[in-house]
Amino acid sequence: MTATDPAVTAGSSAPGGFVKSVVELDRVVIRLAGDSGDGMQLTGNRFTSETASFGNDLSTLPNFPAEIRAPTGTLPGVSSFQLHFADHDIMTPGDAPDVLVAMNPAALKANLADLPGGGLLIVDSDEFTPRNLAKVGYAANPLEDGSLESWQTVSVPLTSMTLDALADSGLGKKEAERSKNMFTLGLLSWMYHRPTEGTVRFLERQFRRKPEIAAANIAAFRAGYNYGETTEAFAVSYEIKPAPMAPGKYRNISGNQALSLGLVAAAKRSGLPLFLGAYPITPASDILHELSKHKAFGIRTFQAEDEIAGIASAIGASFGGALGVTTTSGPGVSLKSEALALAIMTELPLIVVDVQRGGPSTGLPTKTEQSDLLQAMFGRNGEAPLAVIAPRSPGDCFDAAIEAARIAITYRTPVMLLSDGYLANGAEPWAVPAAEDLPDLTGTVDFATEPNGEDGEFLPYLRDPETLARPWAIPGTAGMQHRIGGLEKADRTGNISYDPENHDFMTRTRQAKIDGIAASIGPTDVDDPTGDAKVAVIGWGSTYGPIGAGVRRVRRSGRQVAQIHLRHLNPFPADLGEVLARYDRVICPEMNLGQLALLLRAKYLVDVQSHTQVRGLPFRAAELAAVIQDVIDSTSGAPLAADPTGGGE
Amino acid sequence: MSTTDHVHDLGMPTSNPIDAAIAASVSTQGEKQTALKAKDFKTDQEVRWCPGCGDYVILNAVQSFLPSLGIAREDMVIVSGIGCSSRFPYYMNTYGMHSIHGRAPAIATGLAVSRPDLSVWVVTGDGDSLSIGGNHLIHALRRNVNITILLFNNRIYGLTKGQYSPTSEVGKVTKSTPMGSLDHPFNPVSLAIGAEATFVGRAMDSDRKGLTDVLRQAAEHQGTALVEIYQNCNIFNDGAFDLLKDPTTGTQWSIPLVHGEPLVFGPDGAACVVRDDFGGLRIAETNQVDASQIVVHDAHREDSSYAYALSRLSSQDLRYTPMGVFRSVQKATYDRMMAEQLDVAAAQGSDDLDAILGGNDTWTVSA
Repeated sequence: MTATDPAVTAGSSAPGGFVKSVVELDRVVIRLAGDSGDGMQLTGNRFTSETASFGNDLSTLPNFPAEIRAPTGTLPGVSSFQLHFADHDIMTPGDAPDVLVAMNPAALKANLADLPGGGLLIVDSDEFTPRNLAKVGYAANPLEDGSLESWQTVSVPLTSMTLDALADSGLGKKEAERSKNMFTLGLLSWMYHRPTEGTVRFLERQFRRKPEIAAANIAAFRAGYNYGETTEAFAVSYEIKPAPMAPGKYRNISGNQALSLGLVAAAKRSGLPLFLGAYPITPASDILHELSKHKAFGIRTFQAEDEIAGIASAIGASFGGALGVTTTSGPGVSLKSEALALAIMTELPLIVVDVQRGGPSTGLPTKTEQSDLLQAMFGRNGEAPLAVIAPRSPGDCFDAAIEAARIAITYRTPVMLLSDGYLANGAEPWAVPAAEDLPDLTGTVDFATEPNGEDGEFLPYLRDPETLARPWAIPGTAGMQHRIGGLEKADRTGNISYDPENHDFMTRTRQAKIDGIAASIGPTDVDDPTGDAKVAVIGWGSTYGPIGAGVRRVRRSGRQVAQIHLRHLNPFPADLGEVLARYDRVICPEMNLGQLALLLRAKYLVDVQSHTQVRGLPFRAAELAAVIQDVIDSTSGAPLAADPTGGGE
Repeated sequence: MSTTDHVHDLGMPTSNPIDAAIAASVSTQGEKQTALKAKDFKTDQEVRWCPGCGDYVILNAVQSFLPSLGIAREDMVIVSGIGCSSRFPYYMNTYGMHSIHGRAPAIATGLAVSRPDLSVWVVTGDGDSLSIGGNHLIHALRRNVNITILLFNNRIYGLTKGQYSPTSEVGKVTKSTPMGSLDHPFNPVSLAIGAEATFVGRAMDSDRKGLTDVLRQAAEHQGTALVEIYQNCNIFNDGAFDLLKDPTTGTQWSIPLVHGEPLVFGPDGAACVVRDDFGGLRIAETNQVDASQIVVHDAHREDSSYAYALSRLSSQDLRYTPMGVFRSVQKATYDRMMAEQLDVAAAQGSDDLDAILGGNDTWTVSA
């Protein structure tokens, strides 16, 4: 356990007569692991909802295979869900679990190495059959051969107890067995004093057309809870007090949910109808699902025949005056490249959401990575600049979506919003904003309705001198007929032009327009509490949590470090070069092989030290703390000469 | 924007910026003009097709017949892909987008779905729509979005200087196929009918009357309309349609499709179309069959197998080519159905942003 002061705060007499104690903890990391058919993600999400409504701060890490149902009981089929919750604010799903629940031998084998010695291990003993053991290569049953002695192992016949509890449910064995995840959830809910009403309501809602299934799941859930209360196997339950949070209304939210709601809010606050053109792809599909629910907001969602049609339809909708959006993941961005360049050439507003996953090619569809930054920046033919932004946490996906809309509409440009698998599926408590407090985007919508030329003609490429945006004249507007397209356009008139000077001018103008966005984004946000740090750590996207947690540890050790986290990746904040120059050493942790570091080095000639991993998982805070600490300790205050190793690890 | 007043002037109870912009333009430019002439659809852009190209004839035909549709220029959008034909939008005084290779149907779909008030057209070629853009074409057709697709088929790649296309006949000798092409061509009409198209027609570039007639029906059709236009490329595939254009052979080998009329063609009506023994159609000599056996053309048949059978009468050398409207049936359009779903959702739900931001499960932390 990671409690700083595990204190026995209460004792209660269980029905069996023995005394059960309650230990207060400040934080716990639980990992639920099972077969992909065991419902671990659902169980994790329910436990998260209970925890959120209880008022703990939390962070989650779902981790599942790309196969919907890999062969039962095998290592590739293991699915897990890690939840970190605490009585104070936390930034990551936890480096390692304190508690591991393993529903079968495969789940044990795949996850045991992550459970520190002394950690609590709960296993479903029913599943440790010779056949299941053999499937994953256990020669002997680890529950019996003493190999689990380093952990507090509690072996519970979860499956058979679930079957016992549902003996009168009328369900067959196979069907009844499927409720073992709810039995487990009940047990954990007892162990951690979670409120249970929400889960009961959820099950009733989820299975309202199958009341017998709802009843069985609720019965299993209650049986698990009661088992915890009465069994001697668990003598201790744990209390994690609610975390102090700013007053207000909260909900639990995942990144994909927050991003979807941000798009709805952007549409509502700009007055523009939202059009989403999307092709299903992991891990972005949930945005399509979520937006499809909100037709009452006038949102049109179009499931296209392919990735190209997804973006092409969005461009068509933008031409017609909608806020065109397309959502995808890395391989989809590759397919959209040509159409993205068309949106750059035609200078239409467009939001492209890339929920990054492990690459290249099909890569790791369900695992996280942030390796599409350079693709977002440069992955097109020609000089094709566009705006790139990234959210830092699941809840922040909401604000990032609104910011993407602001830039897209104001500057008539595609904006690439780089989320990732960790943000998309991870969840955290989110302070629900009031709609009226959100940015008012109506001022950014300025459809051209009158000719702008000296001779009463309409010039579709006569720009706003401040933003360099061209007029957005939508079909249906009388007297403004014009033609746009992918061929180079003459300045002002928009006629086809192959003139060398014009192409040079237009290329530089498109770049200047994107660069000019920096004027609207404010200075770099630097977290340097004492102001005398010599080392800065810079990141972008979902590494915010792990970097922040690492920075906290370093500061707790008495060292100084500045944290810089970028929302805007193209353009960078105008003062970023100056800011970086203030520090003797700059570390850049990324879940790629150093893409932001490459950009920073190229643009600012700063000797950025790249620290990278591409394991499909978020960084561990402890690892980052160690890296930062090493750099601080090796920096005696004087700037080091250029790193002869090229800044690698 | 200072458009709100105009909106109220027109009695349009909306704050939608799209409607507001349209209303504003109408108030400054006058009411929408629908009494137009062919010249009103011309632009100041120099037309840059090769002299003698069939595209000129089609452009003129379109510009001449458009005024009769009564659509304001600003309410019309022409989207094209890449290829010679795809330069079309530049020469039309409407809204237009000359997009990227093969993607015009997808762009037009997004536009037509979000703006059902517009008349959206796609101009494409055989390479653009049947090779690189084949996927978008078939999906546009099966969805039945309200767009009109003009497919200029010259059976060659012109803009890239003369490679064989997906409609070129087998054995076509071109720069990329010096020993003759190996792949079998698409019959665009068969493909469209197979893709559940609700309107499919075919016309010849040089036949102003026939072309105009098919175009008019296509324009008036609700849903995706595909018109295959045989278009001569006088540089890389000259004379590709001479068999059908020649006054003598043309009569012999084209089958004019007129709804409600018996399918009799050829000099003196010597040939006709009858049913074969396998559920399809075949050509017969009129004097060898009973008049009751001659098929009477029915473009409105719900079942597409008849229209498909018609499309299979022609061979790749263009003998027995039906010209006119193969199929024209009414089916709900995608854009309308989506608009209806939005109306239902709006009637049943609300657009209260605060409500969805909060969701179903919230908790409150008090001070």
